[in-house]
Amino acid sequence: MEFNYLSEIVDYCRREGKDIAQAMVDYEIRNKGTTRERVYEGLKRILIVMEESVEQGLTQQVITPSGMLNNWAKRIYQSPKETLGVALKKAVARAVAVGEVNACMGKIAAAPTAGSAGIMPAVLVTMIEEHGISRQRILDALLVASAVGLVFAKNSSFAGSEAGCMGETGSAAAMAAASITYLLGGSDEQILESIGFALKASMGLVCDPVGGLVEEPCTTRNAVGVANAFVSAQMALAGIKSLIPADEVILATKEVGDLMSPKLKESGQGGLANTKTGREIQKKVFKIVKEEGRSS
Amino acid sequence: MSEPPSILDILGPIMIGPSSSHTAGASRIGFIARQLLNDKPSRAEITLYNSFAKTHKGHGTDRALVGGILGFGPDDTRIRNSFELAKKEGLEWEFKFSSDFNRFHSNTARIKLTGEQGGSVDLTGASLGGGRIRIQEIEGFKVDFNAQTHTLVIIAEDIPGSIKNISGAIAERGTNIANMYVSRNEQLANMVLEMDQSVDKETLKKIESFPWVKFVRRVEPMIEGTSRYEK
Repeated sequence: MEFNYLSEIVDYCRREGKDIAQAMVDYEIRNKGTTRERVYEGLKRILIVMEESVEQGLTQQVITPSGMLNNWAKRIYQSPKETLGVALKKAVARAVAVGEVNACMGKIAAAPTAGSAGIMPAVLVTMIEEHGISRQRILDALLVASAVGLVFAKNSSFAGSEAGCMGETGSAAAMAAASITYLLGGSDEQILESIGFALKASMGLVCDPVGGLVEEPCTTRNAVGVANAFVSAQMALAGIKSLIPADEVILATKEVGDLMSPKLKESGQGGLANTKTGREIQKKVFKIVKEEGRSS
Repeated sequence: MSEPPSILDILGPIMIGPSSSHTAGASRIGFIARQLLNDKPSRAEITLYNSFAKTHKGHGTDRALVGGILGFGPDDTRIRNSFELAKKEGLEWEFKFSSDFNRFHSNTARIKLTGEQGGSVDLTGASLGGGRIRIQEIEGFKVDFNAQTHTLVIIAEDIPGSIKNISGAIAERGTNIANMYVSRNEQLANMVLEMDQSVDKETLKKIESFPWVKFVRRVEPMIEGTSRYEK
């Protein structure tokens, strides 16, 4: 049982009278020789790590070795200023929290990658808090997200070195958008539209981490990815069409990734990493992280 | 031979940050090298290519590779201190850096490991993103596997009947071979067998006892939450 495109998953759902979450359970059982119980156990473990990484970043001291990130999540969470209400502020803080924990070599769930690990937890924790959604339903939302990830992995790439940040925070935002649309009762078609919107907004995003570290702009791009997910799901739930079908948008990300210069794909040679300030930070970082090329 | 990915790998892996390709994938490649060595490693010569060479430091790639060689899984917090722990374990390591975008995937590591018993292994692996990896060369042979299932790597003289004898020894114990891949050079053949179950020690011994077999190694799938070779 192969799902190469989102349209195939939706066709399967129509044929079998199932939703995307249950289609993904079927996929896992058929291909991995596992059971429904084991799939949900695995999802629960992932959700727990997601929740813990949010909690850690919001409660513990998080200063990265480079000093670039310094308890930003807590500052956002406690800020008295809110651009669009407390929900967005908290969601943004949660994404940054996971980014900071990740940069400190903390434990995270790479959904789909470590560099983009803040988006799914921030969105799911926010959906629990703002919409009172049960944790069991959240596990199904994770399954819906996995459908996006599966098709993206097959037709494009999660690697920043192949598809830039488009492959990381772009795909994560699309996964999160699909989760939100699903949790708020969107149809399978609307779920696909939300994926299309989120990826279109991320098209061509480069991977240019300052100092070669998964800190900035990764962490703040996670925060923006959360907003992207909510905005994309909002449009889809209103019945707006993305025009280009989600599967074709995914194929376009592959083409765009291939066309991007290697300098803009996690090599530290272009974009923000190559700015005057970026280079200065890199020099400082390399002084802090002392060379340990050999053991003796 | 690409297996359909698990959705739990797409939503994970659960891992120590900061990079699924540069940290988790790197530790997995190191861990497979350790299993292929099948001995306590005493020396590691690691060459990083392309993106790995440029950005290893900031992503903890070096610590993750050494951690994997020590047997730490991608979610093992000991990866953070792998250099210190390697010194305690008597493992010497050295990193080299190179670039060859035509030949290698952008995140590639070549590991030459030497064991305390004098054995050695030389492998090249690529980290594909999201923690997924592929082993692409072993002892100079082109291979292509990810060790997500029970895997056996064999190098033998390329003589008639070798495949029949090896698959026979495995089938004798009721182990089912799911996939088998063969590559050759002048005199030798490399076989990678993927199986539904783990091959037991008796079978390994039997395969080793064939006079034309040069090298047999078992690579077991890495399960999150388990680190091997713990003291």
